[in-house]
Amino acid sequence: MPQSLTEKILSRASGKKVSPGDIVEVNVDIVAFHDLTGFHVIEVMNEIKHATIFDKSKLVIAFDHMVPPPDVRSAEIQKLVREFALNHEIRHFHDVGSGILHQILLEEYVMPGQVVIGADSHTSTSGALGAFAQGMGASDVAAIVVTGKTWLSVPQPFKLLLKGNLREWVTGKDVALELLKVFKSDYFNNMSVEVFVDVGTKFPMDYRATVANMGVELNADSLIFVPDNEVINYILSERGYKLDQVSIMPDLNAEYVDEYTLELDRVDLLVAAPYSVDNVKSVREVEGTEADVVFIGSCANGRLSDLEISAKLMKGRKVKSRCIVIPASRKVFMRALELGYIQTLVSAGCVVTYGTCGPCIGGHFGVAGSDEVVVSTSNRNFLGRMGSPKSRTYLSGPSVAAATALCGKICEPGDVL
Amino acid sequence: MIVEGKVVKLGDKIDTDVIIPAKHLKYTDPSYLAQHVLEPLDPEFHKKAAEGVIIVAGRLFGTGSSREQAAIALKAAGVKAIIAESFARIFFRNAINNGLPVLACREVTAYVHDGDEVAVDLRSGEVLVKNRGVSIKCGRLPELILNILLRGGLVEYLKSAVN
Repeated sequence: MPQSLTEKILSRASGKKVSPGDIVEVNVDIVAFHDLTGFHVIEVMNEIKHATIFDKSKLVIAFDHMVPPPDVRSAEIQKLVREFALNHEIRHFHDVGSGILHQILLEEYVMPGQVVIGADSHTSTSGALGAFAQGMGASDVAAIVVTGKTWLSVPQPFKLLLKGNLREWVTGKDVALELLKVFKSDYFNNMSVEVFVDVGTKFPMDYRATVANMGVELNADSLIFVPDNEVINYILSERGYKLDQVSIMPDLNAEYVDEYTLELDRVDLLVAAPYSVDNVKSVREVEGTEADVVFIGSCANGRLSDLEISAKLMKGRKVKSRCIVIPASRKVFMRALELGYIQTLVSAGCVVTYGTCGPCIGGHFGVAGSDEVVVSTSNRNFLGRMGSPKSRTYLSGPSVAAATALCGKICEPGDVL
Repeated sequence: MIVEGKVVKLGDKIDTDVIIPAKHLKYTDPSYLAQHVLEPLDPEFHKKAAEGVIIVAGRLFGTGSSREQAAIALKAAGVKAIIAESFARIFFRNAINNGLPVLACREVTAYVHDGDEVAVDLRSGEVLVKNRGVSIKCGRLPELILNILLRGGLVEYLKSAVN
């Protein structure tokens, strides 16, 4: 029987041939957590007496949620996790000032075909590199840290084909929002979306990371880009490591529960209006909505191409909304510095830092007050997510966010040029 | 294992940011979390739940983040079980891992009303609406999941695996 990529990865990880619907025990290749879930993982480990770490080299820790710590409790949480990392000599530990966990996993660790589990729902991001990547809660992750294994329900594979090419200013985020518009946030529950990028279609790693990141907003069990040359090139450029070829691919006649072709040329500039990720509208439907705050950053859209597109629009202009920009990692920040993007964004009036989730979870660095409207490149606009339950968040891609900051109200890039 | 209680009905897509906002995630103490459960939706919810209730909800209960505090807060507030048309995967696992019974049931919102008294048989997946004599057959929990739940959660399950 030919197998989908999902079945292949989970067959390898479980040591037996699996089919959709099976509940199987799998070996986990990478397990990860950050500060805000990490202390909880460690608490659970402490509850299980004599808990040891299965394999220290498979554990990745990065501080990102409450960094730098905005309050004493956050500092105490980080002290606790930092001590854990130092006491156990965890090599893959990234303290304050490194970057968002999911970005670091892409830049440094994940390989195609791996099973990656993190104590954060947006672990789905690693699907961009062809991994089966899922978020789980603190207890499940503690169990993996101790045993190296977890149970999974093998999802039904769904085939998504990306064809054609995006128009100017339209990015990976609009593709994710288009999928949320078409399928809503529950269609892919219990499914694994395997994304095939057509030959001749340009869909760079940054866009893949955004779509995979939003995979959890589609409630897909996983969203995996079928690995291709883009993955090989990315790993080479980020890590200087040459993969000869991608060793794991779906079989030619693999069975899918269904398939869908997305014509990229037809994807419009989109937003998700309050208070759900699938309340998707075209920018034109909501244009003119006054924006108090614009946030460009997060594990969804804090990458170099997001900063590039923002800087392109902001060059020589001034923002009218308060604008917060947070590159996802130090590496991204340094490159943006070298390329002059940071200077452009700061000159336009943006506040810039790096390597923190910031206001995305309503934690700090720009939390929204009552009746304020936020236009954000992050991934959730749930009630109260970014601050006051009386605030409203519109999710968008970087071009719409940057244009909106310049207009002071929701607008398209063409409106500022 | 049979769980009984009065039904509190909620809508579709009750997300984890609404179940327990991120500002409370620096803590895991159940009694603290219970005070803030579903705060953005109804700051008084924990008072309603204190008598021991069963939540009946629509699609994708628990959609959103991996925060295990969502399951801890609901359980500590007095929620004895959740029956929903469907669950988000991570929340479902977190609930089981914390010994909070969860059951997926396509028809539940059509047949069960707010204020009903229900009994849920977790082994058979049967839900009985006691005040109206209606019985609904829901999907059965797989054996492994039922075992974790019956042991009271994943920590107990892990303890036996490690020690």
